[in-house]
Amino acid sequence: MLYVVVAYLWISLYLYLILGGADFGVGIIELFTGKNNKLRVKNTAYKSIGPIWEANHMWLIIAIVVLFVGFPIIYSTLSIYLHIPLLLLLLGIIARGTAFTFRHYDAIDDEWQQVYNRIFRISSLITPFFLGIIAASTVSRQIDPGASNFLAAYVLSWWNLFGIAVGLFTVAISAYLASIYIIGEAEEKGFVDYLMRKAKIYFFVVLGAGSLVFATAYWTGIPLFEWVFGGFIGQVAVLLATVSIGVLFWAAAHHKSTLMRISAAFQVMMILIAATYNHFPELVLLADGSALSLLDQQSSEKTITVLAWGLLLGSIFILPFLFYLLYSFHKKKP
Amino acid sequence: MDDFIAARSQMAMSLGFHIIFACVGMVMPFFMAISHYKYLRTGNEIYKGLTKAWSKGVAILFATGAVSGTMLSFELGLLWPEFMKHAGPIFGMPFSLEGTAFFIEAIALGFFLYGWDRFNKWFHWATGVLVGISGLASGILVVAANAWMNSPAGFDYHNGVYSNIDPIAAMLNKAWFSQALHMVLAAFVSTGFAVAGMHALMILKRKNVEFHTKAFKIAATCGCIAALLQPISGDISAKDVTQRQPIKLAAMEAHFNTEERAPFILGGIVNEEEQKVDYAIKIPGVLSFLAHGDIDKPVKGLNEFPREDWPPIAITHYAFQIMITLGMLLCGLSLLYLVVIWKKKHWMQANWFLRLFVLAIPLGYIALEAGWVVTEVGRQPWIIYGIMRTKDAVTPMPGIVYSFYIFTTVFVSLSAIVIFLLYRQLKMVGRLYDVTDPNFGIKSKS
Repeated sequence: MLYVVVAYLWISLYLYLILGGADFGVGIIELFTGKNNKLRVKNTAYKSIGPIWEANHMWLIIAIVVLFVGFPIIYSTLSIYLHIPLLLLLLGIIARGTAFTFRHYDAIDDEWQQVYNRIFRISSLITPFFLGIIAASTVSRQIDPGASNFLAAYVLSWWNLFGIAVGLFTVAISAYLASIYIIGEAEEKGFVDYLMRKAKIYFFVVLGAGSLVFATAYWTGIPLFEWVFGGFIGQVAVLLATVSIGVLFWAAAHHKSTLMRISAAFQVMMILIAATYNHFPELVLLADGSALSLLDQQSSEKTITVLAWGLLLGSIFILPFLFYLLYSFHKKKP
Repeated sequence: MDDFIAARSQMAMSLGFHIIFACVGMVMPFFMAISHYKYLRTGNEIYKGLTKAWSKGVAILFATGAVSGTMLSFELGLLWPEFMKHAGPIFGMPFSLEGTAFFIEAIALGFFLYGWDRFNKWFHWATGVLVGISGLASGILVVAANAWMNSPAGFDYHNGVYSNIDPIAAMLNKAWFSQALHMVLAAFVSTGFAVAGMHALMILKRKNVEFHTKAFKIAATCGCIAALLQPISGDISAKDVTQRQPIKLAAMEAHFNTEERAPFILGGIVNEEEQKVDYAIKIPGVLSFLAHGDIDKPVKGLNEFPREDWPPIAITHYAFQIMITLGMLLCGLSLLYLVVIWKKKHWMQANWFLRLFVLAIPLGYIALEAGWVVTEVGRQPWIIYGIMRTKDAVTPMPGIVYSFYIFTTVFVSLSAIVIFLLYRQLKMVGRLYDVTDPNFGIKSKS
């Protein structure tokens, strides 16, 4: 049953990155869109994430619950040493979710809209940035339970070049996913072309940010290159990610928006696999060379069994309902 | 402020705000579904407008409750990592089920809000009901986790080691039923009176009277029924606390010494130095009756427990007094409402009657917060009653006070904006929701 729980943890983190990421990305795109197209982007954004954004963010809660029920030591270690970026992530999540809701549900359309818009866009940018920083710090060996001063224990645990690069990469991935995601919601031809151009730009931003991640990993002595390319699974994942880019371009040329979405999501999944498979089951690498492993730090067998059944039964209720929701709102209104 | 107090304050404040957002989000969907049902049955467009208006309130509060809930799932670890390290695997069961319930609520709300004219009307109605049911289930499950902290179960504890963990037994702990019942009724009382009061205010202003009267009746009826049931649930809770946490009961009542025919203390000022309550009215035997159902039975006083295990007496006692006083006031108002419904229908539009409901807007929430203080402060100095002390659970990271300031700012401004938005929704009822209003459908640009 442990593997069921681990699978759920991985899947919910992945889905959060994809769905939550596309959510954040919508705000990032809005931020970087010129005045002329801002309103159109905003309306398309609302159409695409309005009904589902809260469900998208549930994946994070599921991951957190799995972590504290199944792997309490990992949860408490991260909570202590990554307190500051977690706090900043939370502030971003709060500001973003509420601003998005408030701007839609304010009964009067006046200058307050500008306030909500600004909060929504800026927090859409900083939230994935800190999400990336947190992810990076789990593998950068800077979390040091033996640290003796505040700076070493609570700041340097996450604030380093590699972390910043991964933060930027996460922002880029989010914007990239969103740009592809909302193309399917746009109806007018000129606007679709506009979004296509955006998606291409974000694609190159992702490539740039990805190179930065490898470069900073090299400078800070993190064997990222070896993790990704050192094993068969990684090589295959990179190959498949590259193939999916080809598929994506083909789909874009033929205006097949669903295929575009699938290949982009698949591409991100391959990137995530390539980046994590090599040090699995070690989830958190610590400064002293030891690691917190998913296979050693699990709670009692009974807890894991009950948790696994809880997750499985929950999925039976949730998934059909969720798919029906997505289906209902993505088919065009008659 | 030292870090420990800052951590406790931050947690108390986060929960204090979340509890209000969550209660509204739990109860409003039911009001919405009742109004929706009336619309589907009668075809009266006013009910349709009301359903839509309330669903906006639900959406605003649901989003706010969702983000403050997300925050809490992190704050548990950010502030109390030592607690979560041990408690997570034991009391995590209700959280994982709550995740499911909450997920369903989010999906159902998506269906409901965006489903007008898209689905079969009864399917659409059912998704609204499902929002309420899954919201309520979330609340009940979260209370199970809190109840476990009051009534730890499902593990063995020897020399600091937690073994033999059984998450299901932990969830089915003894405090769950009484706490969950009390909480659910409290949610209906507080939200019912708050919503009814706001609509009463609009009736007093003679704006969209028919619309607001329909709204007022639905909310007030739910609130009043719950308020009249609440004393029964309170009695169950009192007897339960007497059994499980006699020291909490003693603190609630500032009952310093064990006594037969123990008196119920009303009002007064707690004098912790001399261990008595000055200027209080004492009603003999009533506390014994509340605790044991027998006016002569002795009730354990604080003197039976070591001093280091005492909760803060004054806070617990005052909070308890506030809770029961307000609870009784709302019960009285509920009885009056029943009289109006059955015997004195013309009072319904009377200014004095509506003003009483306007005055009652905050009372339910104050009682709710006071009750929350009773259960949380009354459990101190323990985070897991009798097992782990709160001060041993706190994070080693210094500087929590800054995090407390940040969270205070966030919650205060969030609440201010929510109130502002609800006020603007209420202001726009004529244009947006009430078809009988001459301004209905006129686009606003103010």
